[in-house]
Amino acid sequence: MAALQGEFTLSAVPLGAGPNGLLGVEQSDKTDQFLVTDGGRTVILYKVSDQKPLGSWSVKQGQIITSPAVCNFQTGEFIVVHDNKVLRIWNNEDVNLDKVFKATLSAEIYRIHSVQGTEPLVLFKEGAVRGLEALLAEPQQKIETVISDDEVIKWTKVFMVYKHPVLIFITEKHGNHFAYVQTFSSQTLSKYTLLLGQEEKCVIQNFAASVDRKFISLMSLSADGCVYETLIPIHPSDPEQNQTVVRSLLLKAVVSGLARSGVALAILDHDHVAVLGPPLPASKECLSIWNTKFQTLQTSKELPQGTSGQLWYYGENLFMLHGKFLTVIPFKCEVSSLAGALGKLKHSQDPGTHTVPLFVNWETSQGCGFGSQNSEQSKRILRRRKIEVSVQPPASEQLLSTIKKESEKHIEVELCKFLATKRTPDFHTVIGDIVLELLGRHKAEPSFYPRNSLMQLMQTHVLSYSLCPGLMEAALERTDVQMLQLCLQHFPDVPDSVTCACLKVFLSDSVQEEKMDEQTEILQNGFNPSEQNCDNCDRKLNKKPQHAAEETVSCPVVPKRAALLNAILHSAYSEMFLLPHLKDIPAQHVTLFLQYLYFLYLKCNENATMTLPGLHPPTLNQIMDWMCLLLDANFTVVVMVPEAKKLLLSLYKFVKSQVCICSELNKIEVSFRELQKLNQEKNNRELYSIEVLELF
Amino acid sequence: MGEFKVHRVRFFNYVPSGIRCVAYNNQSNRLAVSRTDGTVEIYNLSANYFQEKFFPGHESRGTEALCWAKGQRLFSAGLNGEIIEYDLQALNIKYAIDAFGGPIWSMAVSPCGSQLLVGCEDGSVKLLQITPDKIQFERNFDRQKRSAVHKMLVDRQYMGVSKRKCIIWGVAFLSDGTVISVDSAGKVQFWDSATGTLVKNHLIANADVQSIAVSDQEDSFVVGTAEGTVFHFQLVSVTSSSSEKQWVRTKPFQHHTHDVRAVAHSPTALISGGTDTHLVIRPLMEKVEVKNYDAALRKITFPHRRLISCSKKRHLLLFQFAHHLELWRLGSTVATGKNGDTLPLSKDADHLLHLKAKGPENIICSCISPCGSWIAYSTTSRFFLYRLNYERDNLSLQRVSKMPAFLRSALQILFSEDSTKLFVASNQGSLHIIRLLEGSFKHLHTFQPQSGTVESMCLLAVSPDGNWLAASGTSAGVHVYNVKHLKLHCTVPAYNFPVTALAIAPSTNNLVIAHSDQQVFEYSIPEKKYTEWSRTIQKQGFHYLWLQRDTPITHISFHPKRPMHILLHDAYMFCIIDKSLPLPNDKTLLYNPLPPTNESDVIRRRTAHAFKISKIYKPLLFMDLLDERTLVAVERPLDDIIAQLPPPIKKKKFGT
Repeated sequence: MAALQGEFTLSAVPLGAGPNGLLGVEQSDKTDQFLVTDGGRTVILYKVSDQKPLGSWSVKQGQIITSPAVCNFQTGEFIVVHDNKVLRIWNNEDVNLDKVFKATLSAEIYRIHSVQGTEPLVLFKEGAVRGLEALLAEPQQKIETVISDDEVIKWTKVFMVYKHPVLIFITEKHGNHFAYVQTFSSQTLSKYTLLLGQEEKCVIQNFAASVDRKFISLMSLSADGCVYETLIPIHPSDPEQNQTVVRSLLLKAVVSGLARSGVALAILDHDHVAVLGPPLPASKECLSIWNTKFQTLQTSKELPQGTSGQLWYYGENLFMLHGKFLTVIPFKCEVSSLAGALGKLKHSQDPGTHTVPLFVNWETSQGCGFGSQNSEQSKRILRRRKIEVSVQPPASEQLLSTIKKESEKHIEVELCKFLATKRTPDFHTVIGDIVLELLGRHKAEPSFYPRNSLMQLMQTHVLSYSLCPGLMEAALERTDVQMLQLCLQHFPDVPDSVTCACLKVFLSDSVQEEKMDEQTEILQNGFNPSEQNCDNCDRKLNKKPQHAAEETVSCPVVPKRAALLNAILHSAYSEMFLLPHLKDIPAQHVTLFLQYLYFLYLKCNENATMTLPGLHPPTLNQIMDWMCLLLDANFTVVVMVPEAKKLLLSLYKFVKSQVCICSELNKIEVSFRELQKLNQEKNNRELYSIEVLELF
Repeated sequence: MGEFKVHRVRFFNYVPSGIRCVAYNNQSNRLAVSRTDGTVEIYNLSANYFQEKFFPGHESRGTEALCWAKGQRLFSAGLNGEIIEYDLQALNIKYAIDAFGGPIWSMAVSPCGSQLLVGCEDGSVKLLQITPDKIQFERNFDRQKRSAVHKMLVDRQYMGVSKRKCIIWGVAFLSDGTVISVDSAGKVQFWDSATGTLVKNHLIANADVQSIAVSDQEDSFVVGTAEGTVFHFQLVSVTSSSSEKQWVRTKPFQHHTHDVRAVAHSPTALISGGTDTHLVIRPLMEKVEVKNYDAALRKITFPHRRLISCSKKRHLLLFQFAHHLELWRLGSTVATGKNGDTLPLSKDADHLLHLKAKGPENIICSCISPCGSWIAYSTTSRFFLYRLNYERDNLSLQRVSKMPAFLRSALQILFSEDSTKLFVASNQGSLHIIRLLEGSFKHLHTFQPQSGTVESMCLLAVSPDGNWLAASGTSAGVHVYNVKHLKLHCTVPAYNFPVTALAIAPSTNNLVIAHSDQQVFEYSIPEKKYTEWSRTIQKQGFHYLWLQRDTPITHISFHPKRPMHILLHDAYMFCIIDKSLPLPNDKTLLYNPLPPTNESDVIRRRTAHAFKISKIYKPLLFMDLLDERTLVAVERPLDDIIAQLPPPIKKKKFGT
């Protein structure tokens, strides 16, 4: 969750800010110290944590500062521009700006940029960019004109990309916006035309930009109150050509569309933006932090005395002019997560009960790039619908009535919505009721088998066999093995007879048939043929079993069946109740299962820890217990079947050798203990010593 | 505070005997514990679990059963076929009566406490009436031909209901007719005595369940297994509404490594003991009303008395074992070092003497004189005094014969500082003073006990100038005698808690007394009143951490050159109290092991307090000052004891 903390004002004395507010707030070379340039003649150095000024400098009466003071991080000096053309460079010790270094340039300066790691860059009003050093070496050098006559620079920013500065500036000409990206590593300047997309008429009011490796993400706050994002490549494919970039909607209606001034935007991190402006047409101005990933309002703070529509952000502090005071608001943005994002929704009607979490499609919300208009649209629809659903109480009853008559698809959708809402204490009973209702309808009309809905309900992990007794029977009837597997995994109380019935189904041929058509769709693309065979057979069905081709001779069952059988091995049972049911399994199936168990047992013994690889593999004890159970129940039958007899023989041999190993291990253990004893005796020699003790 | 060379001794090869029986007495809140060597110890649970009395063991007297009867009378029965009653005042055996049924395996007392029942090797069960001063044979039940190896809790024959061939190690008969049995197959079974049918079966262990004890209310009981586990069973309601109750296994505890041979159930705690020699008292948290230090688990391993004495002059240590004494000479070093250094030995410690006690009886007490020329020890029936002669490296031992008849059994022996006098506390309550001459002795005087008391003195202290003798019993106050004038000088007022250690300071003749509730008093003998310092510390109170220690102070000594210092120790710490420094309050850090080297002198002075504690040596059985700069510390690491115990039940790690 992002959060704004207590604000504090920096200057007790109101700054001489004109209608245009401050010229700028810039970092100095010392952390916690900031250069504040007001709209008139003064530059003040503040220490933020102490909330007090460290120094103040003014230009002479008649002169006017035209570009905010910055700090040259390489030398620690401060630079300011007054009267468009005059550079002043001074130090913390200097008192009078009149007496410090002065350089008069031949062209008018728009801004000086200074960032860590590079020399200050001077952007002229005509679009040319110079490094400070080169400029100071020859102040009167000729500055070329880059932009056309009527173009005006509206906004600019500099980034460091791979240790090289990249400068972007936005110009406007007759309502059209252009972006220029100047890279200094390759000395290229590329021009882009910003297309406004659908909302042609909107006036762009404020810009902010962030950079990742390849793109500058330019965010613009338009007069309709929405935030748009434009991705501008840093290294253009064809620098010569004039390219166009499209902007896409990122956040809708973050500020009132009617607000004509006093809106500002700042990008805080990858997922968070800060927006300054009135949220509703009539309301006071607000500072709000939005999560762009989940489109949620994280926090907001009212600024009743109005702002100048300027917002600066450094480190963990937001700077703005609140009334006549320069105000600092520290903030915190934690890494956005779904849980964190379910924060405040902006226009919630009833703040007490109405916390509607968004059901967000992760895939679409993350890729809000060029062509994300569609997903935006659907998201908004979803949001609206969600609100509708939650307004009608109570959701579960409504869902139950839906189940009675609607189609499977519709039920699925409604269920999705229901599951997305907050869990109540009686959640599991409600879920149980829903399952029973679904099963009731299934009983009445056998064609109705809402498999997906049931699966979804299973995934809530709150169901148990006793909550929905008919579910497994229904799944058995339809030999829905996947459902049975899920039930075995999630139900703590499956009766032994049902476990055995599942086993029968899993061992029957129906699994084999079904396998082929399902396997085609779940073929894993990152499949590695050199992978151990055992890995695959242990993988659960929902962990995507592998293609049948890699199944080697040693594993007697296909991966899918193996996964199903593993679910059986994991389930709880009582020997006494299970045994009679096991006797009903046909001999072939017993042999197959026994083969599989033997295979697992062999695999177990391949490594020292006696475990199988994979997630939740059956343990050695489970394997052995089932082997004993199976033999107990069907020994006479197994002995008669020729192939099983062979299996038994090899099993016997193997177990015998294991017993040998264990007895040898016991011997080794005893030897080790003797060694330990010897070792102890060695320590016992320290029976007497004279030591020095000082008591304090 | 001072730097010492510490002789760190770990060759005291003492192994406590395993615990065989425990019996809890609700009336006096005392616990009787018998060990496999026949020793019987009495713990006062009200006095911070202090072991206040003990009866020395006897080789032929393996105790198999222990019980309290008729209020506070203690009986034991054992494999020699005798039933013994102990005299808890005089600390000796009142009488021993043969039951004439061969070795006795079990004994129980009737609920009213007036009858004893013993199960004998020959299969008979004998009922004995407890009379005011003895027991009297009353009846013989001889129905079974097999040996009766189970305990009987009431005078009713237990039906042989075990189906498998296993040994019933213990039974309990509840007033509602339920019989609970524990057996060698690891089962706890509930039977209906009226029909002889099995009601419920709990399989709780793979090994024997060896002991059972039921609470007085019969709503809870405890069993101990050979795997070292103790299980608590409770009678709880089946549902919240119904009155039907069921026995449920509630809590398992694993505080032992070996067989739990005996368990007891006090109203607030489960008590268990076994082969691993620990006595474990595990409070039941739901029964403990105040969550104070009594609610903590207690594990008692070492006796609360000294087994070691020391000759300061010759740097000798005398170790007392059950049946022999060992004399060791400490080594020496010429090196010096700083705190924590181990110095190279120029001479290692020598084992000088192994003195085997005569007869089957355990040694009660022993002492070596400060000069190192005399050794005295006592068993229940004989007193031995030896003269040691040192001729260069040779040591010769000469027994002083013809001990007077009154010197038969001593509870405590002490030599005067100049080794010219021997003080003996006999079990009749009298104190004997004997003058030692070269190779002979002369009886000087006997202080008879106060008229009307028969309490034996267990602790003695003599002043370094030899003028004062302090003696303390288990409950009454400390008596101070004037040795010069041979009369009682004064009696320090009795305190609620038993005395655990006594000593008289040089020059000032202040008597320092430590009690089992961790209080320390200083009493001026010449002025016959508590000293100012003692009053101050009583007024202010001891530091809470000091009071929370769970082993008693077993030895007090003094620094010859620093009269303001008192040295004392328990099993886990050694402390020098500097009376000149301010006392710590509860906010001060009591134990500060870090040297204050880098701090300024001011801070050092401000944080310094009277208790200088070292926890380096543990478990600490003995610590004393040899000279101004030398200490001797005798440790007995628990690992060394465990190494000498029989191996516990082996749990197989690999298949088969």
